Amino acid sequence: RQLRRNGGGGADGDDSLYPIAVLIDELRNEDVQLRLNSIKKLSTIALALGVERTRTELLPFLTDTIYDEDEVLLALAEQLGNFTMLVGGPEYVHCLLPPLESLATVEETVVRDKAVESLRKISQEHSPVDLEVHFEPLVKRLASGDWFTSRTSACGLFSVCYPRVSSTVKAEIRQHFRTLCSDDTPMVRRAAASKLGEFAKVLELDYVKSDIISLFTALASDEQDSVRLLAVEACVSIATLLPQEDLESLVMPTLRQAAEDKSWRVRYMVADKFSETFVSLQMYLCFNCIHSVLTIWLSDLCLLCPVSEQELVSDTNQHVKSALASVIMGLSTILGKDNTIEHLLPLFLAQLKDECPEVRLNIISNLDCVNEVIGIRQLSQSLLPAIVELAEDAKWRVRLAIIEYMPLLAGQLGVEFFDEKLNTLCMAWLIDHVYAIREAATCNLMKLVEKFGAEWAQNTIVPKVLGMANDPNYLHRMTTLFCINALSEACGQDITTKQMLPVVLKMSNDQVANVRFNVAKSLQKIGPVLDSNALQTEVKPVLEKLATDTDMDVKYFAQEAISGKHFTLINVNKLKMAIIKSEMHFNLLVFTVLVLA
Amino acid sequence: SSASAPFSVPSAEKVDGFPRRSMRRARQRRSHSSSQFRYQSSQVELTPLPLLKDAPVAELHDLFCKKLQQCCVLFDFLDCVADLKGKEIKRAALNELVESVATSRGVLIEPLYPEAIKMISVNIFRTLPPSENPEFDPEEDEPTLEASWPHLQLVYEFFLRFLESPDFQPSMAKRYVDQKFVLQLLELFDSEDPREREYLKTILHRVYGKLLGLRAYIRKQINNIFLRFIYETEHFNGVAELLEILGSIINGFALPLKAEHKQFLVRVLIPLHTAKSLSIFHAQLAYCVVQFMEKDATVTEYIIRGLLKYWPKTCTQKEVMFLGEIEEILDVIEPSQFIRVQEPLFKQIAACISSPHFQVAERALYFWNNEYILSLIEENCQVILPLVFATLYRVSKEHWNQTIVSLIYNVLKTFMEMNSKLFDDLTASYKVEKQKELKRDRERADLWRGLEEHQDRRMQMLTEAARNQRNLQERGERGDPPSPSSPQTSHSDQPELKPSGASSSSSGGGESAT
Repeated sequence: RQLRRNGGGGADGDDSLYPIAVLIDELRNEDVQLRLNSIKKLSTIALALGVERTRTELLPFLTDTIYDEDEVLLALAEQLGNFTMLVGGPEYVHCLLPPLESLATVEETVVRDKAVESLRKISQEHSPVDLEVHFEPLVKRLASGDWFTSRTSACGLFSVCYPRVSSTVKAEIRQHFRTLCSDDTPMVRRAAASKLGEFAKVLELDYVKSDIISLFTALASDEQDSVRLLAVEACVSIATLLPQEDLESLVMPTLRQAAEDKSWRVRYMVADKFSETFVSLQMYLCFNCIHSVLTIWLSDLCLLCPVSEQELVSDTNQHVKSALASVIMGLSTILGKDNTIEHLLPLFLAQLKDECPEVRLNIISNLDCVNEVIGIRQLSQSLLPAIVELAEDAKWRVRLAIIEYMPLLAGQLGVEFFDEKLNTLCMAWLIDHVYAIREAATCNLMKLVEKFGAEWAQNTIVPKVLGMANDPNYLHRMTTLFCINALSEACGQDITTKQMLPVVLKMSNDQVANVRFNVAKSLQKIGPVLDSNALQTEVKPVLEKLATDTDMDVKYFAQEAISGKHFTLINVNKLKMAIIKSEMHFNLLVFTVLVLA
Repeated sequence: SSASAPFSVPSAEKVDGFPRRSMRRARQRRSHSSSQFRYQSSQVELTPLPLLKDAPVAELHDLFCKKLQQCCVLFDFLDCVADLKGKEIKRAALNELVESVATSRGVLIEPLYPEAIKMISVNIFRTLPPSENPEFDPEEDEPTLEASWPHLQLVYEFFLRFLESPDFQPSMAKRYVDQKFVLQLLELFDSEDPREREYLKTILHRVYGKLLGLRAYIRKQINNIFLRFIYETEHFNGVAELLEILGSIINGFALPLKAEHKQFLVRVLIPLHTAKSLSIFHAQLAYCVVQFMEKDATVTEYIIRGLLKYWPKTCTQKEVMFLGEIEEILDVIEPSQFIRVQEPLFKQIAACISSPHFQVAERALYFWNNEYILSLIEENCQVILPLVFATLYRVSKEHWNQTIVSLIYNVLKTFMEMNSKLFDDLTASYKVEKQKELKRDRERADLWRGLEEHQDRRMQMLTEAARNQRNLQERGERGDPPSPSSPQTSHSDQPELKPSGASSSSSGGGESAT
């Protein structure tokens, strides 16, 4: 608005300075890189020309010279989306349509998508009248274009103009969308299917029922699985739009059919969207529907993972299963206790025996959902073998992931079950050959002690940890020190002083320098937990001895420990714990990403 | 493009209860077999039928039909020891069917067509499993082989013999080998197993040759596959095989070329050059392109301009391939067409010569070793030499690679011999041209500096105007309502470019202008 006023007021008079020809020469430079640079600064050029000449000279030039490198066109398509002010504000925004229309028909997907994005953006700046006079005809032209590219682009534009046009035009738009849904080329049908949900959202409910459902059904039974799976994706949004009494008859048959599709890609999509769909359906769905869908899935799953013949499980369904495993646990909260036991439990149990560690892990990592509903006891007998197997998996990332869940499992299974079945595992991890596992195992012990208390630690963990101090492998001896570092605070002064400290002090005579300097580090760490008497009479002499060690690292860490940092140690300790925790969290994230990838 | 598949089954393929090496490897890597849905029928117990060659003539067709039905039972090949007896019965039956179709006359009678096509469909049509290596690189990685190949191969062999049989009647087959069938057949070209693709190639070629009614449909669906490959997924294993078939189809196009075929060239074949995996099918693609040119020389300009548009910017390996294709094209180009494209073409060639990657430069300079190209260059020396001279001159002094430098000297020598007058003129004006270029660069920098200063000034003006307006507005507000209500106060906190009361849509503009 302001720009236009200035333009009209004659403040725009830089014509002599910047004749259009010079500027256009820049946009036409032979060197692609220079041309690209100029296009990227198109707003500067437009500003120099003023709104009037941008409209009458620059835009026609841009519309005519659409044959260029895709990279240049991409930059142009992006620029034009932000050009409203430079052509004189919303009143003139329709001037931008011709160049964007050409860009929306080019072959390169990236350019086309950007052009559609810009068109969607500027459609909001059109007045309702301009939308009908200028924008909607453009959509129609694209929708009936010769080549598939323009029709593909049209699919993305229906939903932005539909809500703001008159009912006659609305009817036309619906007709165009219908036509594109049954287009000759699968590319266009895919584009239409992917916009189906979005378009359904702006339609009146009656038309959702009459138009969208039939399109949805048709696309979901397309001859190409790439189209069918996109229709499944739309199911989520469609389901939210419909009243409860219509869901069973309008959506469920198609969904059921997709769940049984002969293409794994479609089944995968259903599995992937399963809980999302359920969340949108659950409010309205009667239990019958859930039952029937679940029965299908149950049979699908049984078919997919024949428990007795693990060899049979092939690549194909692994994808489906992994996706399913990651969502299925969330269903228990929706289904309630009885249904979970009746329908989901067999699934969980089957999946716990799956040959693919990712599937099992997906189930175990989501145990808390089930725990809330039915209690973990129901599962514990089946869980155990799965956990043991994962704990010994050849991939260390899998082992790491299961360690992460140990505190959670321990909390849910209770101390007796843990002592009986899982304790050995936790101790075995301490001597894993991968450092990350040993480190995580150490941290795990700390969390367990926090959960079960110092007394439990004294009886079950501490003796075993301290026993490792005499291990011939120095790495295991160091693990003792790391465990002491982690456990001292949770175990308290008594245990630390009476049981741990003597072991640490004894290890100061270890022949491996790495052990000795870790003794120094440990002493520094557990210092705050000890009483001052022990510090003075026992710790100090040892550290002083280490400070004269032949190894320079031992010396360094001993001096670090001596140099009076005991007072700040508590904070440092906490900080380190926080760091360890966040690292663990990060590891978990990395693992999740890996599994998903 | 004829796959001469062995007629009898090589003994290595026989199921003997011990996994073959390829199978073992495949198993370790969880080899392919598609959906488990396929094995539902494996419970059926097969019983051996009498041999076809022993059957009395009256019962031959009936027995043939029964064998076809028997072969519809699918087996699980991932478990190599499961149901060995059934597998062997089916293998023997398939072998017999293959032999019978290939050697005896009069077997293929009409009622057998639907049964045969059904058997083929049941066995070969399946949703291909996802690649076990999502970053599968056909050049680097071993393909995952189809586990059920011992049976699948025989089914393909049967299909091929069926199509090639002298008794084969297209009029009967077309009822069963329809559009839906062909679409599924084409989808199978995505198979990772090269043996399967080889069979499919030959089979599709025969189908295209014998079933005329399907030709247009097949071409259209191949187009769709290519377009999906180029613009959507960038993944399809059978591009090379499909292009090989197209090569022979293009060969048979009638003249003048239909618009449909030209469109295929411009909108599908040329954009295929943009694919990341070009190296896998480049030979076949270049063959198709040259076929088009030999059919109709007028498409030359489309082709060259298309290649120039998609010229690789960062991938030198592809650049070398492009240069190779350009040479293939120039080998058969009509001189009249050459004149139409020489200017943009030699600008690109000059750019390649100055590439720091010596293989690119070398490949471009090799053009001067090609006698036909050399003759074209000589005829148009007046145009071409000025286009490449500056580059040759500069690169001869700067290139790090001695081979390139000596190749350039040879090229310069050739030019000197071609037209010494022009050569001398260009040498003389080289410095002046260089100066002019520098001056142009300076002017460009000045122009942009000016433009940017103008933009800054304009922005400043706008901000100032906005501030004034806001002040005015605030003053007005203070005067107008006795106590400003809270929404208005919060409103005037934002820099606004518009008088209050204007439509809300321009507030976005205010943001973009500040």
